[in-house]
Amino acid sequence: MRPNREVGIAGYGAYVPRLRVRTADISNAWRSRSAAAPAVAEKSVPGPDEDVVTMAIEAARTALDRAGIDLEDIGAVWVGTESKPYAVKPSATIVAEALGVTPHVVAADMEFACKAGSEAMQAAVAFVGSGMVEAALAIGMDTAQSKPGDALEYTAGCGGAAYLFCDASKAIAVVEASISHVTDTPDFFRRETAHYPEHGSRFTGEPSYFRHTLAASRKLLAEVGFEAKDFAHAVFHQPVPKFVEKAAAELGFSREQYKTGLVAPRMGNAYAGSSLLGLAAVLDVAKPGERIFFCSYGSGAGSDAFCFRVTERINERRRGATVLNYLDRRRVVDGYGQYLRLRGKIRRA
Amino acid sequence: MNDVFIIGAGQTPVAEHWDRGLRELGATAIRKAMADAGVETVDALFVGNMLGGAVNGQENLGALLADAADLLPAEAWKVEAACASGGAAVRAAAMSVAAGIHQVVVAIGIEKMTDAVGDKIAAGLATASDGDYEASHGLSFVALSALMMRRYMHEMSASREDFAPFAVNAHKNAALNANAMFREPISAETFARSPLVAAPIGVLDAAPVCDGAAAVVICSREFLRGHHRPVRIAAAAGATDTIGLAGRPDLLTLGVAKVSAEKAYAASGFGPKDIDFFEAHDAFTIITAMSLEACGFAPRGEALKRAAHGCFSAGGCIPVSTFGGLKARGHPVGASGTYQIVEATTQLRGEAGPNQVPGARVALTQSIGGHGSIAVAHILEA
Repeated sequence: MRPNREVGIAGYGAYVPRLRVRTADISNAWRSRSAAAPAVAEKSVPGPDEDVVTMAIEAARTALDRAGIDLEDIGAVWVGTESKPYAVKPSATIVAEALGVTPHVVAADMEFACKAGSEAMQAAVAFVGSGMVEAALAIGMDTAQSKPGDALEYTAGCGGAAYLFCDASKAIAVVEASISHVTDTPDFFRRETAHYPEHGSRFTGEPSYFRHTLAASRKLLAEVGFEAKDFAHAVFHQPVPKFVEKAAAELGFSREQYKTGLVAPRMGNAYAGSSLLGLAAVLDVAKPGERIFFCSYGSGAGSDAFCFRVTERINERRRGATVLNYLDRRRVVDGYGQYLRLRGKIRRA
Repeated sequence: MNDVFIIGAGQTPVAEHWDRGLRELGATAIRKAMADAGVETVDALFVGNMLGGAVNGQENLGALLADAADLLPAEAWKVEAACASGGAAVRAAAMSVAAGIHQVVVAIGIEKMTDAVGDKIAAGLATASDGDYEASHGLSFVALSALMMRRYMHEMSASREDFAPFAVNAHKNAALNANAMFREPISAETFARSPLVAAPIGVLDAAPVCDGAAAVVICSREFLRGHHRPVRIAAAAGATDTIGLAGRPDLLTLGVAKVSAEKAYAASGFGPKDIDFFEAHDAFTIITAMSLEACGFAPRGEALKRAAHGCFSAGGCIPVSTFGGLKARGHPVGASGTYQIVEATTQLRGEAGPNQVPGARVALTQSIGGHGSIAVAHILEA
């Protein structure tokens, strides 16, 4: 897919909370000593005063600061998440208000499991590309949900990134093309009244993550006429590091190409924020002229794949905290009990 | 009693069949078996299945599969004997032909386990144990086997690692079987390192959760034609024991394995020494060891020592799990007993390719359910 006018990223910003829990602490609570080591060593945890809205505002402020665009030009704000603080009430209006871009703005929350953030990116490209708005803000942010003791609890992390899209003439990275690939695949879901999501165990792999990620990636590569070797970087949704390694290998991407955008080993899977954080980590170091391959995955299920080309403007817009800064800024919580308190998993009334 | 023959065998690969349900798996195995036998219609269909109701929300598998395989309006119904359901379906089908009621029938074992995950599968499998005194107290299938294995290790002064040869042999044989789930050989070291599921049982002691269907066409002597390559069901026998482990006088004698094998030996005139290979119910390595001792292939407490000497591997005194067994071909529970019969038929026809037991003429298959509370044994002759 391509918009009527060329669109790109004006600015971007990431956010990862400071706190981490060691997955060994989770394992000690739930598993026998002989259990295999968890897929990641630690994962990010929100502080007591953090939620998707505060985190989205943090990331968006960095994006706006880097973009240097007039606030009046921002015509849309979308927050893609599956852990919105209010079941009914938009998070996007709080974010838009905090950024000072209300009231003449389109605002809503997007929901598509882990690809809600890239869904917002697709919409932003379309809004700007059609000329309806000058700039549109797409955010993917999560304080990822998982049932205590479930396999997901060992990886479900917190964080995300914000992308402000504008006309390509002002962009640090131009969107060359994008596609979406969706099917009705119930690999992970949470029913209306359920407290935690359920997942299909091994069904989440081959018929879900890999099928959609590979299909969307191959379709985009065919559409733009590039091969894996034409990209300097490749970013994927990262439920666990080995999923990325396998998908990348199938598509012909080397470790050299995906390692910069693979943030999960240090913070876990930030669900709707996961692939967007990976992209931000790549933009932190990408050089003008380089191509970036991007493919999200969201359960339910689908993938959005994007092809970006980095422009000369990237060097002058780099300021503020990088993804690496956030990953290095860490404090480990004191065991599983403190983690349960911070995640609100202990019912007190 | 009339003589009974197997004239057709068919199977789906054992796998996680995400895109195929009971209908598709069942119809595929039945049509393959019928094509192998060269028959267009059958008089009846016997369906071995354990979890259709508990996991798939589907009972009445007789009608479901007769319809799916285009066998309407043939008589058809389900036979349930926990993990021995596949063996029991073949037994029921053979009895109907032996009694002269039917001339040609199909027996199928089928299971679709991957529609449910984790707790739901464990709970479904636990319905084979004693609901009042085991399952409702949280004893899972693995936990019950762990109790047996712990006791065996204590009584026989065995270590966990001593059980490795069974899993290593199963994986080695499965590697050559295109229908097997696990086609990677493993080493004794890998076995020893495998994470514990319920101590002392590790991941590599246990058969996997999976999907599959296997079917055989069974007929009378009158029905045989020149183009058939019949394998005779020389004898078959079933047995039961207390449903709960606590009721057994000796935890280390697998009574149902002993009784069903001895009855089949007596009825066929064959003894353990006449058996060329044994398709054992190797759902857990401890069950393999106890089955071998119960069926007369090792004295009590000697199965592990004989296994260490390669007695149960290809070329050994009595090869076991020649296509990978439940452990590595896979254990779609209610289908496993029928997979054993399909595989034994393939061996006795001399069509087992790289898995062929040279000169195989007589085979023992044994399908066990509910921790040794029920079993069906078959002796097949080329």
